[in-house]
Amino acid sequence: MKILLVDDSKTMRNIQKKALAALGDVMFAEAGDGVEALAVIAATPGGFDLAMVDWNMPNMNGIDLVRNIRTTDKNTLLIMVTTEAEKQRVLDALHAGVNNYVVKPFTGEALLEKVKATIAKKMAA
Amino acid sequence: MSVHQEKKKEIEPALIVPFVQSVRKVLATMAQMETTIGRPYGKQKGPSEHDCSGIIGFSGKVIGTVVVSFPLATASKLVAAFAGDEVDPQSSDFADAIGELTNMIAGAAKPQLGGDANITVPSVIMGRGHTVSRPSDIPCLVLPCSTVAGEFIVEIAIRTA
Repeated sequence: MKILLVDDSKTMRNIQKKALAALGDVMFAEAGDGVEALAVIAATPGGFDLAMVDWNMPNMNGIDLVRNIRTTDKNTLLIMVTTEAEKQRVLDALHAGVNNYVVKPFTGEALLEKVKATIAKKMAA
Repeated sequence: MSVHQEKKKEIEPALIVPFVQSVRKVLATMAQMETTIGRPYGKQKGPSEHDCSGIIGFSGKVIGTVVVSFPLATASKLVAAFAGDEVDPQSSDFADAIGELTNMIAGAAKPQLGGDANITVPSVIMGRGHTVSRPSDIPCLVLPCSTVAGEFIVEIAIRTA
């Protein structure tokens, strides 16, 4: 499984990497903002199965990244991982095309369960 | 000075409680640490007595800044618990971790502040004696915080726009 971690905080990317390593056979790539994420996606043959996307980032924020990805890619699972917890923000992200939403702070276990649930829902569809 | 003028100098109580809750929640969730919040007090002018600070700006319906400041020993232990590993305080990763902790404390409080607000990406200052400038028309309240890692403070200088 190929997972792209998009967050301007390297610490947060490492925390997610540790939690999601429990999924098993995973290849991780990282990006510090939306612009870098698009470059990593373009440079990765076959793209990614899943991208974990922060909202507030420099250069290109997460919601704009999600909209950008969804113009051409309806298949990659996208999960927003963010401090933005207001209902309207969640709705905005869902309308933009995320498959799920995780609010910071989170435990590694909760993050892993949210990712597993998102994958399971896609496989059941 | 009139009573009305004195009242303008007080931070709105409804803006404080969300930060008490968010500090406790963030450290409990991300660092597995319980936080005790002491009696708040008004910020005195002058440079910081701490070694590092994370700074978040607020804009929109709530404006101002929130600064989380640590002695280095406390920050090192908190960062190690948060990141899951010891992190060199001289490294950019250390500042990154401080920034992310600050980001989550501010972000977790934001929905309870009573309006649509935006927060900046965090800035981090390392070094004792640093000074953080704030808008002069917004009072600053200090939340003294205590954990098993040590003590730190959260300085709240925000008001509804």
